[in-house]
Amino acid sequence: MASVEMWYSSPWTKSLPMRVKTKLGLPLKEKKLMEVKLGELPSWILMRDFTPKGIAGAFQRGYYRYYNKYINVKKGSVAGISMVLAAYVLFNYCRSYKELKHERRRKYH
Amino acid sequence: MNENLFASFATPTMMGLPIVILIIMFPSILFPSPNRLINNRLISIQQWLVQLTSKQMMTIHNSKGQTWTLMLMSLILFIGSTNLLGLLPHSFTPTTQLSMNLGMAIPLWAGTVFMGFRHKTKAALAHFLPQGTPIFLIPMLVIIETISLFIQPVALAVRLTANITAGHLLMHLIGGATLALMSISPSTALITFIILILLTILEFAVAMIQAYVFTLLVSLYLHDNT
Repeated sequence: MASVEMWYSSPWTKSLPMRVKTKLGLPLKEKKLMEVKLGELPSWILMRDFTPKGIAGAFQRGYYRYYNKYINVKKGSVAGISMVLAAYVLFNYCRSYKELKHERRRKYH
Repeated sequence: MNENLFASFATPTMMGLPIVILIIMFPSILFPSPNRLINNRLISIQQWLVQLTSKQMMTIHNSKGQTWTLMLMSLILFIGSTNLLGLLPHSFTPTTQLSMNLGMAIPLWAGTVFMGFRHKTKAALAHFLPQGTPIFLIPMLVIIETISLFIQPVALAVRLTANITAGHLLMHLIGGATLALMSISPSTALITFIILILLTILEFAVAMIQAYVFTLLVSLYLHDNT
């Protein structure tokens, strides 16, 4: 019996729409995170593109996902930018936690 | 308290990696580039602000000076946004570092001076002597004017550094005083808290004003020299 990969690589099966292909079975490399089964997770993570170009692509995709959802809309609100600022405050808090640890309220410092 | 008063001004490193470059580049994320004729609200507000500021600042220049518009507008946007982001809790403000402000002030000032000397040499040299001085005062006055010329970039940088650093330091101190006073006498703590609120409003104003002053002075030096 032909394996899934062999069946998948014919020109006709490649031209099917994505919703059909996810039902029929995609190779591991092309599955999104939510479609990966738990047992396949380590091999899926190892297959991701960790070159500088891949990492830059990941940052760019994440940026545009946030931008198009919250800011680049007809009636953007203050929430779009204040979420970014809140994340910035959190990042700086984590960065300076080591010094802030000593400022906790204690009887004997 | 002494050590962690100044710890917030240390160059940020995370696990030994200098991430100060990331923090300096962070305000650029908040200014997306306009793609269309009618943009989203964030870009429209920023466009309106930039048009308002550029009209206010660049109309005094002739066509040669107006070639500096891009430089001066990006300067005021950078300094303003960096100062305002520094008012968020726990954040690091790059403009508190004298090294960075000197790096901004000296090239810009030198650019205006060299442009003046290259294009209008006689007028640029004539700046060293105010009109109508008595003859016997001329040598001393030339020396004084030279000193005041060379002190301009240092003054630009130190003004920005000192204002922002002093403001942050004052807020730390008064905040610490409010916390310490709360267990001793709550009414005094309330007064100190009101002072802190007023100081924060001042700091918001100072953040923007300092950006404006820096850019205005550079544009003034430009106006003298074009």
